[in-house]
Amino acid sequence: MKTQTLVLSLSAALALLACSKSEPPAPAAAGAPVAQAPLIVKIGHAAPLTGPQAHIGKDTEYGAQLAVDDVNAANIQVGGRTLQLQLIGEDDQADPKQGTIVAQKFVDDKVNVVIGHMNSGTTLPASVTYANAGIPQVSASATNPEYTKHGYKTAFRVMTNDEAQGKVLGEFAAGKLAAKTIAVIDDKTQYGEGIAIEFKKAASASGAKVVAEEHTDDKAVDFAAILTKIKATKPDLIFFGGMDPQAAPLSMQMKKLGIKSILLMGDGGCTADFIKNAGAAAEGQYCSKPGVPVEKMPGGPAFIAKYKAKYNAPIQLYAPYAYDAVMVVVEAIKRAGNADSAAILAELPKTAYKGVTTDIAFDEKGDIKDAAVTLYIAKGGQWEQVDTIGGKPAAPAAASAEPIPAATPSPAAIPAAK
Amino acid sequence: METFVQQLINGLTLGSIYALVALGYTMVYGILGLINFAHGEVVMIGALVALAAFKLLAATMLPPVLIALIGFGIAAMVCMALGWSIERIAYRPLRNAPRLAPLITAIGVSLVLQQLAMLFWGRSYHAVPALLPSEAHEILGARINEVQIIIMLAAGMAMTGLIFLVQRSKLGRAMRATAENPQVAALMGVDANKIVALTFVIGSALAALAGVLVSANYGIAHYQMGFLLGLKAFTAAVLGGIGNIGGAVLGGVLLGIIEALGAGYIGDLTGGVFGSNYQDVFAFFVLIGVLVFRPSGLMGEKVSERA
Repeated sequence: MKTQTLVLSLSAALALLACSKSEPPAPAAAGAPVAQAPLIVKIGHAAPLTGPQAHIGKDTEYGAQLAVDDVNAANIQVGGRTLQLQLIGEDDQADPKQGTIVAQKFVDDKVNVVIGHMNSGTTLPASVTYANAGIPQVSASATNPEYTKHGYKTAFRVMTNDEAQGKVLGEFAAGKLAAKTIAVIDDKTQYGEGIAIEFKKAASASGAKVVAEEHTDDKAVDFAAILTKIKATKPDLIFFGGMDPQAAPLSMQMKKLGIKSILLMGDGGCTADFIKNAGAAAEGQYCSKPGVPVEKMPGGPAFIAKYKAKYNAPIQLYAPYAYDAVMVVVEAIKRAGNADSAAILAELPKTAYKGVTTDIAFDEKGDIKDAAVTLYIAKGGQWEQVDTIGGKPAAPAAASAEPIPAATPSPAAIPAAK
Repeated sequence: METFVQQLINGLTLGSIYALVALGYTMVYGILGLINFAHGEVVMIGALVALAAFKLLAATMLPPVLIALIGFGIAAMVCMALGWSIERIAYRPLRNAPRLAPLITAIGVSLVLQQLAMLFWGRSYHAVPALLPSEAHEILGARINEVQIIIMLAAGMAMTGLIFLVQRSKLGRAMRATAENPQVAALMGVDANKIVALTFVIGSALAALAGVLVSANYGIAHYQMGFLLGLKAFTAAVLGGIGNIGGAVLGGVLLGIIEALGAGYIGDLTGGVFGSNYQDVFAFFVLIGVLVFRPSGLMGEKVSERA
């Protein structure tokens, strides 16, 4: 009974939506006799919609929904039929177990394509399910390098992976920041340890020496013991692979112990909360984030306005990437002339699309080509863009953004250390 | 050398924090034989209430130390009321129930408090303003700041005060009597319910103190900050001999120093095979070692099971 009413009201809502959006009355109501049926494409979207990361998950879903609305309004003809996207949003609770359940549900629902999942931890196990079912999967946010390393033909992402980010961080540390000796701390999570390993590789290759490697966990607040040990090795720079709840007290305790090394972090520490919580200890520290700042994206300002108009909320993190993930799939459907999973799968690797975030094209593994990473410094209580490495030179503010010369650190580039 | 001294100072600070929280566990255990797992959460509430008070008082231009004291006072009162209510609601009805029952309600109370704090203060981490003097001093090349000194002094004073209270005062005598045998104590005119309630109130005031000092030391507060801290402090209390006030402080300080030295030297001692990621393993290894040879903890006395 309940589901029936739900289905009824849903289809009614859909019909309303379709009528208000497209000029020729699109016959979306179930059972209505149709002259030429629209090409219905089911898009599964999976992200945590409950729990601590719910706000980021919802943000990702909003991004995908915006793309779906835009496509449905544009009245795109594919093989003589009007393209109609349906977004099926599911909650994977950022939990790997729930992620595979959602994945199986999508397979059973016969979705044409999946956008997601949001977390690396859910994307990885779910990717096996999609690979077996032959459903293309485009993640907007999973950064763990493993995702595209298994050789699944179905796995794609429009987000820079940690390998690329770690490499940029390592070269930045040894290059622009001219660090000769480096200490590395990680939080033993898949993300933190992963990015720390990539960082170490790149920094060592660029001529810096790793003098200390310490570990903590993602619940700790006391880092005095490992910092004291690091202090004895007098590193020029400390790299932290982890999230902001640890990064903020870490930087405060560095100051307390009189450690003058620069702190460099990946995207986990690159948040407004880090600066808010670390206060004065945040000043002069560095971090990186995949991609370019939303304002500097090719379609950034327009996207911000559109998002604000529809949801009246600020963009959290991945909405523009989710938007692009949907759009690149639509581009592949247009090229293929139909929307079967197999057809999308055949076209996706060859599809190029000028997206909101950047120009999207995939490499042979399914990773985004020319991935960009932006570096920031904390100045006056804000993250200020220092440099953008890689990607298409679409950001005018990154005028000084020359590729960092590996292994030839210029002493002139050392920032004024506080 | 200076690294070693610095690690000792790190360990002493951490240990004093553990000791302050462990005192709350050990007091309740000493009287009721109950492990109050919600104690860590009371610490968290203390920290967050004090933080809210700091924010309200920030506009008054009072000297920072005075704001800190008023904030602590408010936090202490809230925590005392909370401790009293926890005992009244979750433990007293189960006073004569099997031992596992109050343990389960304790875990339940802990979860409820965490969720309430999450609803009230949100999920994000809060920055705690530096109100206490935090000037750094050099000792033998190592740095110690005034917050750390205050924490060590507070732990020492709380221990001395509690020992004095329990051993010398009339209330203390009633407490010891209740601990030994509540029925007989009641026959002698001791209001056991009142004594137990008072124990919870005193323990919760200590929790508020610990909460304020912990958040001042790390400059950060969060609705989950009490859980791990409570677990570590409970471990410290067991290490020192749960139920023994001096033992709680000894256990706390030892655990702190073991953790700091473990993180600092375990890599060098094992030739790099184990890194600082094994610091907790090291700490619990010591705990197991102590408990194998002294099952009732370092300072715990062998007591026969209460009838």
